[in-house]
Amino acid sequence: MNVMDTRKTSAMLYLDGVHVSFDGFHAINNLSLALEPGEMRAIIGPNGAGKTTMMDIITGKTRPDEGVVLFDGTVDLTRLDETRIAELGIGRKFQKPTVFESQTVQDNLLLALNVDHSVKGTLFWRSNAEESERIDKVLETIRLTDARDRLAGSLSHGQKQWLEIGMLLAQDPKVLLVDEPVAGMTDVETHLTAELLKEINRNHTIMVVEHDMTFVRELGVKVTCLHEGSVLAEGTIDDVSANERVIEVYLGR
Amino acid sequence: MPHVLTRSLDRASTLFILIVAGLGILIPLSNLLLPEGSFFQVPTYLVALWGKYACYAILALSIDLIWGYCGILSLGHGAFFALGGYAMGMYLMRQIGSRGVYGNPILPDFMVFLNYPSLPWYWHGFDMFWFAALMVVLVPGLLAFAFGWFAFRSRVTGVYLSIITQAMTYALLLGFFRNDFGFGGNNGLTDFKDILGFNVQAEGTRCALFFLSCAALIAAFLICRAVVTSKLGKVLVAIRDAESRTRFLGYRVESYKLFVFTLSACMAGVAGALYVPQVGIINPSEFAPGNSIEAVIWVAVGGRGTLTGAALGAVVVNYAKTFFTSGALAPYWLFMLGALFILVTLLLPKGIVGTFNAWWEPWKAGRDADAASAAREDGAEPKPNPAE
Repeated sequence: MNVMDTRKTSAMLYLDGVHVSFDGFHAINNLSLALEPGEMRAIIGPNGAGKTTMMDIITGKTRPDEGVVLFDGTVDLTRLDETRIAELGIGRKFQKPTVFESQTVQDNLLLALNVDHSVKGTLFWRSNAEESERIDKVLETIRLTDARDRLAGSLSHGQKQWLEIGMLLAQDPKVLLVDEPVAGMTDVETHLTAELLKEINRNHTIMVVEHDMTFVRELGVKVTCLHEGSVLAEGTIDDVSANERVIEVYLGR
Repeated sequence: MPHVLTRSLDRASTLFILIVAGLGILIPLSNLLLPEGSFFQVPTYLVALWGKYACYAILALSIDLIWGYCGILSLGHGAFFALGGYAMGMYLMRQIGSRGVYGNPILPDFMVFLNYPSLPWYWHGFDMFWFAALMVVLVPGLLAFAFGWFAFRSRVTGVYLSIITQAMTYALLLGFFRNDFGFGGNNGLTDFKDILGFNVQAEGTRCALFFLSCAALIAAFLICRAVVTSKLGKVLVAIRDAESRTRFLGYRVESYKLFVFTLSACMAGVAGALYVPQVGIINPSEFAPGNSIEAVIWVAVGGRGTLTGAALGAVVVNYAKTFFTSGALAPYWLFMLGALFILVTLLLPKGIVGTFNAWWEPWKAGRDADAASAAREDGAEPKPNPAE
């Protein structure tokens, strides 16, 4: 781990001048972005704008060609792998809901808890009251208490999305990266998800990528619009959706 | 919180252990105590045959542990089995002493024949049983560790991993075929005389080896159960189903794979070591890629991801093999094996035990639910969920 002597920024997550190209295609182009501690930020932008690639960079799946990616002002994320970054406290929800389908809802959360993740620790693990309590609490938050013993694979699409958010909660990271949480959800589910994220935001920093503008409006947070791998516009939802360029490339006239 | 072993024993597991223990005790007793020719007397050749099946069942368990629970399809697990077998074979060769054809007290016959001036360095120590027993576990374990270290760290997965495991066992096959490799070339190691002072051909020794194989099968089963019912077992299944998700949760996937792969190789080595004195020979053909693939088929037939299924599959398929290859259908056995694999994949993708469970568990759950609702109507408190 590369810990620098002094904090470079007050931001929880700080990207500066980041470039990534795949076979000559510039997926991320001079991207700079800062998330303050406790902030929730919505990221919008057309397909191919680099939203998912940005999350790949933050979580260590993709290495940037150049640029600075700092976590908590001190940790250089470009040098760490996925496991290490997850251990530091960055959790991620994928675009396609990815839960452990052949295991129960409860076990999914148990696996996500941020406790000893070593081979030895899990081999000799024993259930304990504190962990069960945390799982109960998360189950309540994501409204899946009644489904705790069901296999995750048997949940509805919306419930899987919540379970995955619940797994993030169990992981209790400092930063949550949430990729398209309401894709494929009904209006009611979308509304509940917005409520859920707002609740989680009380003690977590969140970055959420979403296309659903009603949902983004409901979150009522600062919005960043990406286009061709860099920031096109940033501000309140009203400012951004009034921006000429944003209308041109993303929202449409 | 129940004890680790009791937690891991559900009804099917208990039944499995009782059956294996029962066979392990009754078959030797019947062979030794009943008069020859009696209807209930198990002939000695059958004792050795079933001993072989028990060893195959251990190999199947070891494959199921990595394939059924962690998604690592090794098509070279026969190599670890054979290495364990060779380690035991080396001990048995050293026990022959001056009773060999050439009467050399130190050098096994093939070394005299090939003009070896002295014992190669890696044959030292194998005259001691404890050393050989250690090597039975250590050699396959170390090879698996080294192999896994590189493969899993480089994130080689799926079919690519399967192919390099095949290459590994094939390379060992070619190596052990060579006379200058020091393991008897294509003839391998054979003409064993005794093990720990007992004649390997004697009925009593065969019965003891059969009993030990059953005991080892139970031990292997208990170890596998303890692993798959622990939280580590849940992590393995998580890796099998969604590897990168597991990584993003902060698990070091390669360490888990390395642990379970090495453990599995050690178990395969023990199976091979018990196998060799019962069949009386170990030669390079045990490294043949086909053997490893056949072992994977046992697991698929019995039920991947169910330990009892893996053991059952090994016995069922090998019983069929014995049955068919001793009759007029012998030339067609490989076709039958191939057809069996295709049919199981198409019609019984969960294998015998997996299919049975899929049918039995909902029925049992329904019955339990009925019982619970009946209990509630009686005014009794429903039992709280036992802690996981």
